Amino acid sequence: MPDIRLIGRRIRATRNIAKITRAMEMIATSKMRRAQEAGLAGRPYAEKISQVLGDLAALPYGEALHPLLQHRLTNKIAVVHITPDRGLCGGLHASMNRMTASFILEQGVPVTITNVGRKGLDFMRRSGCNIRAEFTRLGDRPSLLDTLPISRVIIDDYSNGVIDAVYLAYARFVSTTIQKPIMQEILPVKPAVLPQGQSLDYIYEPDPAHVLGELLPRFVEMQVYHAILEAIASEQSARVVAMRNATDNASELIQDLTLVYNKARQESITKELLDITGGAAALA
Amino acid sequence: MASIKLDIVTAERVVFSDDVDVIVAPGIDGQLGILPRHAPLMTMLEPGELRVRKDGEEFSLAVSGGFLEVRPDRVIVLADAAERVEEIDVARAEEAKRRAEEQLSRPLPEEVDAARIQASLRRSMIRLKVVEKRRMRRPQV
Repeated sequence: MPDIRLIGRRIRATRNIAKITRAMEMIATSKMRRAQEAGLAGRPYAEKISQVLGDLAALPYGEALHPLLQHRLTNKIAVVHITPDRGLCGGLHASMNRMTASFILEQGVPVTITNVGRKGLDFMRRSGCNIRAEFTRLGDRPSLLDTLPISRVIIDDYSNGVIDAVYLAYARFVSTTIQKPIMQEILPVKPAVLPQGQSLDYIYEPDPAHVLGELLPRFVEMQVYHAILEAIASEQSARVVAMRNATDNASELIQDLTLVYNKARQESITKELLDITGGAAALA
Repeated sequence: MASIKLDIVTAERVVFSDDVDVIVAPGIDGQLGILPRHAPLMTMLEPGELRVRKDGEEFSLAVSGGFLEVRPDRVIVLADAAERVEEIDVARAEEAKRRAEEQLSRPLPEEVDAARIQASLRRSMIRLKVVEKRRMRRPQV
């Protein structure tokens, strides 16, 4: 027969766990909302900058204007691997790491990793990947300024010819329940092709090359920043789901345990009664 | 009177979005006044004060670099950072200015980028200037 006190203790422990996971779910929900809002707030900037870039790149001498636009023979690839710092978010980092790892294996050329977030860093270290730079502890609300060093690394490496292509690996936020790991090429920059007749004949100050030179790094910075915001929203939403499941499992467990507890309690009472009546019968 | 739609956006948020009458922006080749029906233009911005007039009322924003695009129907400012006057944290700007000046007054260590400190100094001075101007104007209102 199970020990009643032991079961009681387990019930209480499980109840405490459920309280914690419920609190974590609520925290993650509010953080997710904030990350989503931050992502949405940056959207107008993103749209405008791609538009302007499209206009500029449509100029007749487009590609030669700036190193970040030049396509080269791909001898070395860099991946910016964006993962959460913290765990307890279900299978998110596992699927992120799996995607990047299989991407690395598919390439016929060396791949270096610029890692964002501790979870990916641990994995990349363990599997002996070539880590170019690592960034952790960006927090739940990074500003554009916080992400600039990351873009700096890839822009510099690309301009110096150390790497010939850069990919961003991050979890795209599809919905609260779905996060999709994606691999997106960001360098060389491929400007959006504008529909015919939409591009305007601009006056450029000081001149197109200068404007493009200033605009391109910002475009890349913006993309990296955006990917990080998206990754944060994904992380938090994955955590919401994981914590909700944990809370549900805990309540289920509490129910089962309560049943066992009551049964055991009843059994012991019956047993005691039997003992008493047995004793009384023996005395009579 | 015709007006132009002005959007000022940074990577983090939309700072300003409204129909205005006149825009005076700190272009890289000098101050730039934009009225409705301006020719399409794409220019880089200097850190500085961006003034906007709407219905006879004028207000200013501090921008620290970026781009300005004039389209036939609208003006878009892609700013690295932009604040409306009321958002500027005076104490912080003063502190940043003081720090930058202090750093510049001493001989600089090799690894420190003097241009960056100067840029930071300039940014805080612009913020303060924009606030100062508003203060001077306020009593008349």
